[in-house]
Amino acid sequence: MFHRESGYFKTTYAADSGLYPLPIAKWTIGVLLAGFILLPTISTALSGAVSAEYYVSVVNLILIAVVGALGLNILVGYTGQISIGHAAFMSVGAYTAANLAVKLGLPFWVTLPAGGLMAAFIGAIVGIPSLRIKGLYLAIATLAAQLIIEWVINHTPAISGGSQASIEVPRPTVLGYPLKTQRELYYFLLFFAVLAIVGTLNLVRSRIGRAFIAIRDQDIAAEIIGIDIFRYKLTAFAISSFYAGVTGVLYTYYLGIANYENFLITTSIDYLAMIIIGGLGSVLGSILGAIFVTLLPILIRVFMESFGTLLFSASELNNVIPATRLGLFGLLIIVFLVVEPEGLNRLWRNIRNYFRVWPFSY
Amino acid sequence: MELDFTLLLIGNGVLIGLMYSLIALGFVVVYKATDAINFAQGEFVMLAALMSAAVTVLMELPFWVGVLVSLLGMISFSFGLERVVLRPLLGRPIVAVIMATIGLAAILRGLGPLFFGAETRSITLPVGDEPIILGPFMLQPVQVTGAAVALLFLGGFTWFFLKSRMGVAMRAVADNQQVAMAMGINVERYFALAWAMAGIVSALGGVVWGAMLGVDVHVSLVGLKVFPVVILGGLDSIIGAVVGGLIVGIVENLAAGYLDPLVGGGTKDFAPYVLMIIALMIRPYGIFGKRKIERV
Repeated sequence: MFHRESGYFKTTYAADSGLYPLPIAKWTIGVLLAGFILLPTISTALSGAVSAEYYVSVVNLILIAVVGALGLNILVGYTGQISIGHAAFMSVGAYTAANLAVKLGLPFWVTLPAGGLMAAFIGAIVGIPSLRIKGLYLAIATLAAQLIIEWVINHTPAISGGSQASIEVPRPTVLGYPLKTQRELYYFLLFFAVLAIVGTLNLVRSRIGRAFIAIRDQDIAAEIIGIDIFRYKLTAFAISSFYAGVTGVLYTYYLGIANYENFLITTSIDYLAMIIIGGLGSVLGSILGAIFVTLLPILIRVFMESFGTLLFSASELNNVIPATRLGLFGLLIIVFLVVEPEGLNRLWRNIRNYFRVWPFSY
Repeated sequence: MELDFTLLLIGNGVLIGLMYSLIALGFVVVYKATDAINFAQGEFVMLAALMSAAVTVLMELPFWVGVLVSLLGMISFSFGLERVVLRPLLGRPIVAVIMATIGLAAILRGLGPLFFGAETRSITLPVGDEPIILGPFMLQPVQVTGAAVALLFLGGFTWFFLKSRMGVAMRAVADNQQVAMAMGINVERYFALAWAMAGIVSALGGVVWGAMLGVDVHVSLVGLKVFPVVILGGLDSIIGAVVGGLIVGIVENLAAGYLDPLVGGGTKDFAPYVLMIIALMIRPYGIFGKRKIERV
């Protein structure tokens, strides 16, 4: 946030790589966390219980997207391995968890890691070609993975639950108490989102994360300084897919139903949009991107419902809204790539740097 | 009977395969000359089909005007695209170009129906629709036309790259941009030219595919078949695009004929990708592709 680092000297490596270099950072994090914990209460107080339920449900979507975007950013932003199959790994997690929860009646604290691990396993298999191929070839291979996984789920009734390829799942229960309302789900999701954020922050400053970054910057040089490229690329794929799987499970619990239609290639592109708009190779960027991309269609819908009738008839509007959303996403991806490749994260850093020495910037 | 059925499937596969080659050609030309990867090739085709359908159906102009409009439209579109989007990305990592064309695909798929309407329209080629029966083969005139156009372009492009001055210059650009520049070749102009050629191919591809499938946003799904075609054939080889197209066309038709009854449909879209994964594992640079050696 807006604070100055003057008078603070890092004298050890541990201090240099610390997550909270300054005492004030700890306070900021504490205040933010308190704000997030109180968020449902505040929104209820401000807007009444009914609309607060809606606002909290939007925040829940953001929290789910944060986990998925972090996963994709580990792979694309930190390791430099492009993937267009992120949504397919989500569907692997979602169907694994849904089947375990329905057929075996397992609770979420078993199905959630199981979904993640299954996705990680499949992700690692998809990652195997990444040793030999990169760039374009990898993009196409992951695209193939997306289509093949979609097809397999759709054509295997044992996985997809037969009709409509969807499985209804029971609500998650915490200590015997089922989470029914959005507010209760909010705390459930917040816990995992925070876990994912802290996990990623720690991952990227560890040996593994540094190896990822080295591979991204120059893979041959990384190999020469002793990084086992194959192992670390597979690890990156596995970790990224684990996050994707968990995202899929969380989304399934959020909707109460596992359905492959939520994990099509368009979803993969949504997540790519998140990390590009937010900023490749940055944790804060993933969060900002997830917020932006989740809110954008909602804003378009609100805008179109209030002003769209001036231009389109009501029946057209149903086609116009998703079309505008897709077009706008594409446009934003290109604009950010051309104008601001480091995304919202960079914009935020610019703002912060400006105010850091404000008003004496010379 | 069994043999006839197989021959019928193979015959249709060859025609469809050549039509895939036509689209793959646009991808290959751009990759060959500029090293850029066009993930929006299917959307290019869709845009061309939408344009020509808009001219022939909405404005009720003759078919050839539609073709002409989509040709001119696609050429100017791809020129503009190269200028506005791809030139600023020169020298940036390959991932950036891939993402940009994915974004472009999203724009076209979103805005295409917004401007041209979401309903399915039809383009009628002036060739009739009675299937031509030739021994065991039963050929759709639309597909025959598509295959003929594809062959025409394949021949034309081969001549262009081997014999014409511009084609040789373009190969030089593809081979080594800096040396080409030192030899007095205006590299940027050839980049624009390569994109314009992709535009031409997409325009004709859009007309024939639009005539076959009906024109709406789903035409862009043809683009998904481009990847197996170019990976199998080799990314930078024109003859590779033909061979890859034929392989994909035949394999998907055989899969649809023999595997669909066993697993309940959908293998047509699935089989080429399985083939492609195998190709990526064994020979990622394709049958005719140039093997790249990387140096630090």
